[in-house]
Amino acid sequence: MLKKEDKIFKNLYNELGWDIESSLKRDDWKNTKDLISKGRDWIINEVKTSELRGRGGAGFSTGLKWSFAPKEVGSRPHYLIINADESEPGTCKDRDILRFEPQKLIEGCLIAGFAVNAHVCYIYIRGEYLNEGKRLQEAIDQAYEKRYLGKNACGSGWDFDIHIHFGAGAYICGEETALLESIEGNKGQPRLKPPFPALVGLYGCPTIVNNVETIAVVPTILRKGGKWFSSIGKPKNTGTKIFCISGNVNSPCNVEEEMGIPLKELIEKHAGGVVGGWENLQAVIPGGSSMPLLPKKICDTITMDFDALIENKSGLGTAGIVVINKDQDIVECMARIARFYKHESCGQCTPCREGSGWMWRILDRVVKRKATYGDVKLLSDVTKQIEGHTICAFGEGSAWPVQGLLRHFRKEVESRCREEPLIKKKLNNPYLVDQHLLENKNA
Amino acid sequence: MSLKKIHEDQPKEFKFNSENLKKIDEILKKYPKKNKKSAVMPLLYLAQRQNDNWIPLAAMKYIANYLSIPYISVYEVATFYTMYNLAPVGKHFIQVCTTTPCLIRGADKIVKLCKEKISPHENEISKQGNCSWMEVECLGACVSAPMVQINDDYYEDLDEKSTKEILESLIKGKPLKPGSYRGRKNTAPEKKLNTNGENHA
Repeated sequence: MLKKEDKIFKNLYNELGWDIESSLKRDDWKNTKDLISKGRDWIINEVKTSELRGRGGAGFSTGLKWSFAPKEVGSRPHYLIINADESEPGTCKDRDILRFEPQKLIEGCLIAGFAVNAHVCYIYIRGEYLNEGKRLQEAIDQAYEKRYLGKNACGSGWDFDIHIHFGAGAYICGEETALLESIEGNKGQPRLKPPFPALVGLYGCPTIVNNVETIAVVPTILRKGGKWFSSIGKPKNTGTKIFCISGNVNSPCNVEEEMGIPLKELIEKHAGGVVGGWENLQAVIPGGSSMPLLPKKICDTITMDFDALIENKSGLGTAGIVVINKDQDIVECMARIARFYKHESCGQCTPCREGSGWMWRILDRVVKRKATYGDVKLLSDVTKQIEGHTICAFGEGSAWPVQGLLRHFRKEVESRCREEPLIKKKLNNPYLVDQHLLENKNA
Repeated sequence: MSLKKIHEDQPKEFKFNSENLKKIDEILKKYPKKNKKSAVMPLLYLAQRQNDNWIPLAAMKYIANYLSIPYISVYEVATFYTMYNLAPVGKHFIQVCTTTPCLIRGADKIVKLCKEKISPHENEISKQGNCSWMEVECLGACVSAPMVQINDDYYEDLDEKSTKEILESLIKGKPLKPGSYRGRKNTAPEKKLNTNGENHA
């Protein structure tokens, strides 16, 4: 359990006030100038020591990412981009940081911007968070007034500007290259990598893209030391994390806890337990909708960190925990997630654009009890055809939840299927494979 | 991807008013001079605000001219993103989140109420002429589920009773206050535990 003094986001519920004067009392902007004067290498090393892993879903080492930015600024300026396009179903942590801890984010932006040689930072907020964006703009204006931003920001000798760019309701713009396309004024369709944004990003310039939570914890890490951060949690899964617990729990909430906390403890202690008791638990989606669900058996013992969840064929993702109890129809829940992905696919790669629709339609048939046993095989096949065959990770994100459903609840799915149709086809073709290669076999 | 249809009845002309022209100057300052195209999204928002919450084709042409980019570049952006309304919506525009976290806490009941109170179909202006509703994907307030967005504001922690009140007062043209309808502070855990699920919608 996280000690009170180790909490980074002390104002997560806005009990202490969000404005700059209240944040100053919580030690924001306390010795930013000194921290920056210790230099770029010290900052990046300290973040590496802290073993901070990106909080946006992929869990990539933040210090390592920053070190990819070119050391010297060439003819092209560097950019820092903050990804606040929080659209993953089950996740709402960044919203609270934007609303109630904006100064932590702004200070983090300045430090990160200095570390990667960027003078300009764009914060990409999803369009629905209009009020949160207005709040952040107010906070930025307050920081400008105090001369913490602008020319010679905070007395550090570094010029730094922050601009807000609103998205407009596209989930895919949370993918970093789609986000860059969106800021450039295009459709949010991901780019092929490499080149990675660290070398060729926004407007073709070196760009570092980080999640809101990642950047907002950086000032505290530097102030208290990377060692302090890495002493919390488990090895390689260090520090604190905001967990969003939603679904069938008695008191859904956002809560900051240490990494590697057991899931059961998290749900029982902070969210008031599962509705109908722990025995009534059916499944948990541990990291936002794109991570495969876990059945109760695994939930009994699992700890919430990147590596333990990967071992169980799931992932921490954004730590948006969706609790589903036995009163819910699990297939309907997953069918709704499949519909989400069908709606949000950007349409660039065929496997994802078409496959996400296939998955939804088949799951919908299962919910309506109109599917056949062959459909289940087809569904499993479609997920395999999408995974790994798309430009961005959206393909995996849409296929994994369905794979998770089939892995853990196949009996439940099959129990709703009808018999095979009376007239059976004799061909033994796998679906969606190059059919002409099989011609000889079927001749 | 958005599947919205362009409205049949399009106005012939569109021009930004002087107040918005000033705002555009501020917006353009945010981006490098040679990358004016970046301003297309904020400008579409401005056009939507000025034109009763929807974007006519004339506005897209105007923006294309203004930023000296091809018309199709504006059109593809306006049709790609779901928050740009390409047909008129009600003065009170209700977006109901129906993705899984809201669904398992009863978003379907809110949809049913919208169908009863406002209009039987999505994106249809109500009989009284001031409301319309649609289902949307995750609005990012999952721990406050179920929730709806009315114009810019989030109405959270709803149940059937509170939704009914909200919708009825909207139809009368007197919107209620946004925020949590279970009286809790933001996303903090509630102290009083309802162990048998009374908190459900």
